[in-house]
Amino acid sequence: MEWLRMESWSPYAVGIGIGILSWISFVISDKPLGCSTAFARTAGMLERLLRGKKVDEKPYYRKFTPAIDWEWMLVLGVVIGAFISARLSGEFRLEWVPALWQAEVGQTPVTRWIVALLGGVIMGAGARWAGGCTSGHGISGMLQLAVSSWLAATSFFVGGIITAMVIFKVLL
Amino acid sequence: MLSRIHSRNRAQLVIGLLTGIAFGFLLQKGGATRYHVIIGQLLLTDFTVVKIMLSAVITGMIGVHLLKSLGLAQLHPKPGSWGSSVIGGLAFGVGFGTLGYCPGTVAGAAGQGSLDALFGGVVGILLGAGLFAAIYPKIQRPILDKGDFGDLTLPRMLKVDPWKVVVPVAAVFILLLVILEKAGL
Repeated sequence: MEWLRMESWSPYAVGIGIGILSWISFVISDKPLGCSTAFARTAGMLERLLRGKKVDEKPYYRKFTPAIDWEWMLVLGVVIGAFISARLSGEFRLEWVPALWQAEVGQTPVTRWIVALLGGVIMGAGARWAGGCTSGHGISGMLQLAVSSWLAATSFFVGGIITAMVIFKVLL
Repeated sequence: MLSRIHSRNRAQLVIGLLTGIAFGFLLQKGGATRYHVIIGQLLLTDFTVVKIMLSAVITGMIGVHLLKSLGLAQLHPKPGSWGSSVIGGLAFGVGFGTLGYCPGTVAGAAGQGSLDALFGGVVGILLGAGLFAAIYPKIQRPILDKGDFGDLTLPRMLKVDPWKVVVPVAAVFILLLVILEKAGL
């Protein structure tokens, strides 16, 4: 089982693995792999803790009920699966600032935290605006040949490439 | 028989968790949970993310369409519109380039110990999703419904048999991967 302890696998092996995983989830669960709806449901559950039952009346949460479902468990599973993988290869470490950021910007955690938080807010809103993320649209939607997903996935990369280029080539 | 498994909610929660564990394991082994790998992709210096995504789409697309032809799976294409897919997609991209993770890989990054993903990315995405829920009623008609095309798929748009799209798309994606390898990327 040495391969489970390897630090990294070929991207093709990983991609084929994810493709096979999508067959399994279509057959056994009748669901495409996706992650961002779970964040919307969690946001609704947290809002309900603060503001009570009336949160359920919001039009968006009537469409996406704030509750734990298959996809919510999937995202929880992603955390656990990545933890297992990183532990097995000895790559697990608590880290505030990624090495690339440290080299380009500096090692102050608060700067990275603020930028990550800001990026997260924009991405969270954008994912719900587009109705999916890199997994829901980028993988599951593209493999179903959905027009919405091909447009969204192209837009993800156009927006992402421009933003990363501006941050790393212009601002830094 | 399959629909009986689909409707067993409690069992599905466990299946979802197991599917997620496999997904997270693969993402971490592929390096897609690493900030420098995602930023490297967006700066067009490291093509790991594209290689993972294209091989997943090729494998998934052929398999899922085969399963559908055999009556073992149903497609669930997401509905979309120009106002939602393109504007939302570009906004997502701005967040993607700023955060350096996406909603799936941010969860995986948190699992491997990246605290910027856990306390910055995850918290931010939750705030952003909540913000979207708040503005949703205001933007639904004027923006999200603009240029609505529903759950259209490429084969239905082109009015051809799905396999007439599946085969050329797989061929083009394989060619792209071969070119990337030949170029040493």
